[in-house]
Amino acid sequence: MTADHPILLRTGAAFAALALLVAALGLGAAVGETAIPLDVVGKTVANRLWQAGHALEPIDEGIIWNYRLSRAVVAACCGSALALSGVILQSLLRNALADPYILGISAGASTGAVGVAILGLGAGMLTLPAGAFLGALVAFGLVAALAVRAGRGTGAIILAGVAGSQLFNALTSFIVTKAANAEQARGIMFWLLGNLSGVRWPDVWLALPVALAGLLVCLWHARALDAFTFGTESAAALGIPVRRVYAVLIAVSALMTAVMVSIVGSIGFVGLVIPHAARMVVGVRHGLLLPASALIGAVFMIAADVLSRIIIPGQVLPIGVITALFGAPAFALILSQRRSAT
Amino acid sequence: MTLAAEGLFWSAGGAAILTDVSLDVRPGEFLGIIGPNGSGKTSLMALLSGIRRPLAGTVRLDGQPLSAHGRQAVARRIAFVEQQAETTERITARQAVELGRTPHLGALTPWSRADDAIVERALEAVDMAHFSGRLWHTLSGGERQRLHIARALAQQAPILLLDEPTNHLDIGHQIGLLQLVREQELTVVAALHDLNHAAMFCDRIAVMQGGRIVALGTPARVLEPERLHDVFGVTVEVERDSAGGCFIRYRRPDPRPAKLKLVAEAR
Repeated sequence: MTADHPILLRTGAAFAALALLVAALGLGAAVGETAIPLDVVGKTVANRLWQAGHALEPIDEGIIWNYRLSRAVVAACCGSALALSGVILQSLLRNALADPYILGISAGASTGAVGVAILGLGAGMLTLPAGAFLGALVAFGLVAALAVRAGRGTGAIILAGVAGSQLFNALTSFIVTKAANAEQARGIMFWLLGNLSGVRWPDVWLALPVALAGLLVCLWHARALDAFTFGTESAAALGIPVRRVYAVLIAVSALMTAVMVSIVGSIGFVGLVIPHAARMVVGVRHGLLLPASALIGAVFMIAADVLSRIIIPGQVLPIGVITALFGAPAFALILSQRRSAT
Repeated sequence: MTLAAEGLFWSAGGAAILTDVSLDVRPGEFLGIIGPNGSGKTSLMALLSGIRRPLAGTVRLDGQPLSAHGRQAVARRIAFVEQQAETTERITARQAVELGRTPHLGALTPWSRADDAIVERALEAVDMAHFSGRLWHTLSGGERQRLHIARALAQQAPILLLDEPTNHLDIGHQIGLLQLVREQELTVVAALHDLNHAAMFCDRIAVMQGGRIVALGTPARVLEPERLHDVFGVTVEVERDSAGGCFIRYRRPDPRPAKLKLVAEAR
């Protein structure tokens, strides 16, 4: 209950969360193939934001600012957005196994990206992220239409999503094996598994507003999401305009996922696992669960990105490999716990 | 605060569920709805609560169609307890009741001490205050049902709609719950299975059969042996006491013909 938390405690928790996020961003910028001391990171930020004029190695400053910091910020946005999407979908669809990927959004994004990169769709007018974005929206539209035709049960959209994912993954494989040369195929496979290597500041200006706006829309609907605890009819009886909330929140979740996939490729398990982890920490109330999921998602993704850079010296692993390596066992743990809980 | 249905029609999968149902709920009364399985009680409750829109006809709240009020405004005046609403969330008993405050809280309204007090009163009313910290999945069916009622009470709506509220309850809690609801200064519409409960607690009873209301009136007038035989297919005797109350006694049916027996007698 909110009233049981004095305002000081809540402000303190908010500051602690912010401090944790800043620390993660700092570490994300400091750790890498060449380790750079944290104070250099701080000075670089001061130089760039406030023209502090600290004397620094231009190479260090360049690495931190142009390469690692933008990457860490995008990783944080991506983790938050995927985790928030997972929370929304799990609550609205009342299915613990729902996540952005189950709606087929990432599969559609992959197909769109491959279509642009290999088939040259859009005749040079479409960038790879734009193609991914369009593919994500097309896939989501198809899945939603199929779900509506199949009936309104919570299982329908999940089944439709599974069908959609299979279709678009098959399309992607078809395009890659039919049209790509070996070099292209390798690059595409790398992108499909999630990759933050090419991320620069322009990507931040897309990812950050989307993640923040998504968080605000979700928080605005926190009480409405709580009201779905006992299903849509119960939510309606509690005065929730069910259809509008559904439409707004599923659209927001699809949009956040599409934008993130278009920037960094498809990264699995974050949307599925982070909400469950957050529930274990703060409980099921969305007023806390949403910000906690966003924070844990952000920190997790920054950590996964750092790991992907240092786990094999001289080589960057796709971040999707890291999230799945940690996500799959965590997911197994959740499944077995659910079983013992019921 | 008046609730009225006019000419409601509802169908599902091509089959008519409700046909031309009209009903005036009087302020402050306890109106029971009885009828066999599939007679349309649950659908009628869903339409009255506004969670479903009738395919034809209108439900009016204070003379205005429900759809003209807006969902939140309706939820402040009508609380609805459906049959068997379940969750897999790890939610506590108290949190389940706190959801009842939803229609009174905007997106930015903070939770207040007053909300806490209302939730506590609701928990005490259904005799669940000592269980407030228990997790939902550790509670029995009857305890969950009482929490659903508490949530509806926390909603503080003047009209309370209950769809078979005594399911899963032992006899003590069945009567306790109906008495509790009766004692509130609320307008109550409840779909009930137990005819004696309907006779004991209702001011009026509506009898449903095949999606229509076939009788409406005081228990003493509505609960007649011929009608009950007609609607439920049971043979009953109705005892009446001097205070105008009535009690239903069920007769065991005559033995079935041998060829209808499911298991042949062993020889």
